[in-house]
Amino acid sequence: MGLSSSFFGQKFGISERDLDRYLAEALARGADYADLYFEYLATSSISIDESIVKSATQGVSLGVGVRVISGERTGYAYSDDLSPAKILKAAATAACIADSPSKVDTVGLTPSLQHDLYPVLRAPIDQPLEERVLLVKRADAAARAKDARVIQVQGSYADSLRHVLVATSDGKLSFDRQPMARLNVSVLAREGNGIPQQGYSGGGGRVGLDFFTGANSPEAYAEEAVRQAIVQLGAVEAPAGESVVVLGPGWPGVLLHEAVGHGLEADFNRKGTSAFSGRVGQKVASDLCTVIDDGTIDSRRGSLNVDDEANPTRQNVLIAARLSGGRSTGSGRRENYQHIPMPRMTNTFMLSGASTPEEIIRSVPKGIYCANFAGGQVDITSGNFVFSASESYLIEDGKLTRPVRGATLIGNGPEAMQYISMVGNDLKLDQGIGICGKEGQSVPVGVGIPTVRIDKMTVGGTAR
Amino acid sequence: MTEQQLRDAAVSAVQQALALGATDAECTISDGSEFSVSVRLGEVEKLKEADSCGAGLRVLLGQKQGSSYTSDLTPEGIQQMVASAIDIARITEPDPYAGLPDAAELGQLTGDLALASELTLSTAEKIELAKRAEKAALSLDPRITNSDGASFDSHSGTRVFANSRGFLGSYRSTSCSLSAVPVAKSGDRMERDYWYSIGRDHTTLESPEYIGRLAAERVLRRLGARKIPTQQATIVLDPRVARSLVGHVFSAVTGDAIYRKSSFLLDKIDQKVAAAAVTIVDDPTIPGLFGSSPFDDEGVPGRRNVIIESGVLKTYLLHTYTARKLSLKTTGNASRGLTGSPGTGHGNLYLEAGTMTPEEILRAVGTGLFITELIGQGVNTVNGDYSRGACGLWIENGELTYPVAEVTVAGNLSEMLENILYIGNDLEFRGSTSAPTIAIGGMTISGVQ
Repeated sequence: MGLSSSFFGQKFGISERDLDRYLAEALARGADYADLYFEYLATSSISIDESIVKSATQGVSLGVGVRVISGERTGYAYSDDLSPAKILKAAATAACIADSPSKVDTVGLTPSLQHDLYPVLRAPIDQPLEERVLLVKRADAAARAKDARVIQVQGSYADSLRHVLVATSDGKLSFDRQPMARLNVSVLAREGNGIPQQGYSGGGGRVGLDFFTGANSPEAYAEEAVRQAIVQLGAVEAPAGESVVVLGPGWPGVLLHEAVGHGLEADFNRKGTSAFSGRVGQKVASDLCTVIDDGTIDSRRGSLNVDDEANPTRQNVLIAARLSGGRSTGSGRRENYQHIPMPRMTNTFMLSGASTPEEIIRSVPKGIYCANFAGGQVDITSGNFVFSASESYLIEDGKLTRPVRGATLIGNGPEAMQYISMVGNDLKLDQGIGICGKEGQSVPVGVGIPTVRIDKMTVGGTAR
Repeated sequence: MTEQQLRDAAVSAVQQALALGATDAECTISDGSEFSVSVRLGEVEKLKEADSCGAGLRVLLGQKQGSSYTSDLTPEGIQQMVASAIDIARITEPDPYAGLPDAAELGQLTGDLALASELTLSTAEKIELAKRAEKAALSLDPRITNSDGASFDSHSGTRVFANSRGFLGSYRSTSCSLSAVPVAKSGDRMERDYWYSIGRDHTTLESPEYIGRLAAERVLRRLGARKIPTQQATIVLDPRVARSLVGHVFSAVTGDAIYRKSSFLLDKIDQKVAAAAVTIVDDPTIPGLFGSSPFDDEGVPGRRNVIIESGVLKTYLLHTYTARKLSLKTTGNASRGLTGSPGTGHGNLYLEAGTMTPEEILRAVGTGLFITELIGQGVNTVNGDYSRGACGLWIENGELTYPVAEVTVAGNLSEMLENILYIGNDLEFRGSTSAPTIAIGGMTISGVQ
């Protein structure tokens, strides 16, 4: 695709000459590199509460960010107005940090190679609103019909369509059209006058509305949310102390995201502030572990045809028992035009191993099985990380027995992965609801993991 | 745009909405400029500077409501936003409780809240402050081997709100902050910690040398951390983490949580829910503080609300919608960004100070865990379940001893509030949620066997 037929060429008449002029202004004070990031983002959301579609929102934001790099210095400015005068002013502001003698000139722009991972013909946001309203209404009705103990249901549907243009002073030019849709259901269930318990489910991706059928239908999400809440009604206190932990497949892959993913992001390692800094080639996980970050999986929430620095995304091996040394590329991402891009994860998962899930559970005389998590956090520098189990069970004599209440699990990144002693043959990716926050910027991500056994981890319950 | 132009734009959006058939409408506009510079190892690393603006509109078509937003404040942009809100409101369903505040409830505080000052520092001076803070951190001790940088950030902005019941208000605010994040090393383990100061302008910031030294002292005392055995113990929360507990109480007393029956404090008004020493207040009327504002995001004047008084729950925090759901009156706690409908927010939310110094609290506790950082989201304000990752220092004979990390602390919020043993006299307002040092008995610490 050429610039003239791209979204920004068509809608705003932006030409290659304009881009050259802006980049030249950004480089005018002497710098090593400059780039422009144009973004047009349209979003909509619809929510249901108490079986009433109470509110719906739609809107548009638009802007351009200009980055200038000079040695280790980065200057950044943005404008929410695409008039040439405002963009030139932003370029001049970003250039202020550059006082190096180095001088580069812009080179002719060449479109970057990029994937075609989400060829959604009609983005959900371009579909009739009524069809999208129906999704939350169906979720609400299904959850209420499922079990009389359900006392509250909230459903929300959100979609967006982002158009991006990136142009760099070293000649890269990329365009992307990035659709996204997501449906969530949360329920509250109560038995008599007991303590209410929550259940939560949802899914989505860079998909069209036809995605929300079958296993991804509003009814399927509603059923899953109700199932989780009902399970929790019978939950006992979680154990406190060290335990064998078995993670179920899918969403528990958030372990990888927190325990190793963040610690391997290039910015922390350039600064030497990560617990993984300087450990390339060292053993940081058991021999059973291969951890991959892959931005090229079709339709996934964390996938991108091209990253926010005009590099195509890739499949990067992070860990094959030892810490990989290869440079990961295609992972420069930003929340929007107001932010400087950072190295970020895309879809992070562990490859399947040889064990069956049944074998893994059977191997544990006493422990805890975590089927779902509510999120996690990591201290990059010490490597300590937590993740919060939202659905887990006691394992007694190789069998899942009673459900336990929510508890936080804590470990240390470079150590925890060494305790993985069994890896299942059932790799599953999450349903498409992940959001990762880093230094004030949120981006959509995916995770995945097969069933794994971790021989030792601290479980933060209250039962002794 | 000037403040007057922003006010005109907001009024125009409301009028256009009414002209297109809305029965009521309200418009929020925010316009601001941000500056941020970070230095690392003595050199400028990132510098960012920009202006931005945006508008949000909520319309009612009888009992149906919809909203829209835009970053384009030109007349065409506003026109599109209005059409878009009307368009999407049509697909929502009638909700008998939806609506704007009554005209009699609208208004604004008249005194000077001192929210804005002049930001007069040059870029070079801002860089210099950050460099001095980092240098102070790096030079305190040879074990401080690295830095995640030091930053100076500032923001100034104007907020405008107008509605179809005759409210029009606007106010300007400024803020700036200085922070340092040193990294210390011992053996092959590294630790990171920080300190920051925030003010309406740079003259009220703590000195860069103080910020750097405090950040350095905080990171040094984390070195050599151990895990401790699983046990029941008293915890003492440093003010920097104690405020999170006040935040959990806030989540549980919002009208949204109450009408959805999703709160461990449901149906507890006028009941004892915390130790007698506990008083938690929300007050947006205190001049200069970071949670202050002359009116809430529905145009209702801010007011002081005592949430828990001497251990007894006195009020929920409400905006118009949740108040009507609960047959109550708004408490002036509407809060919204540019997108969507109002939710519940707070002004200066704080736990009132006690009389003991932090040292007296440690001595009174004798043995326990002093917590300087909590991580993770393991807090359920529906049923009160609480389980978070923690690090800090072990208290022995009333003194801080060795550092502790990679443990969790768990309990239930209902019991934790009742088990607040001591409250410090060290309340400071560094943001919109604040608390002094507090000690809580009967927590489960999970660590090694």
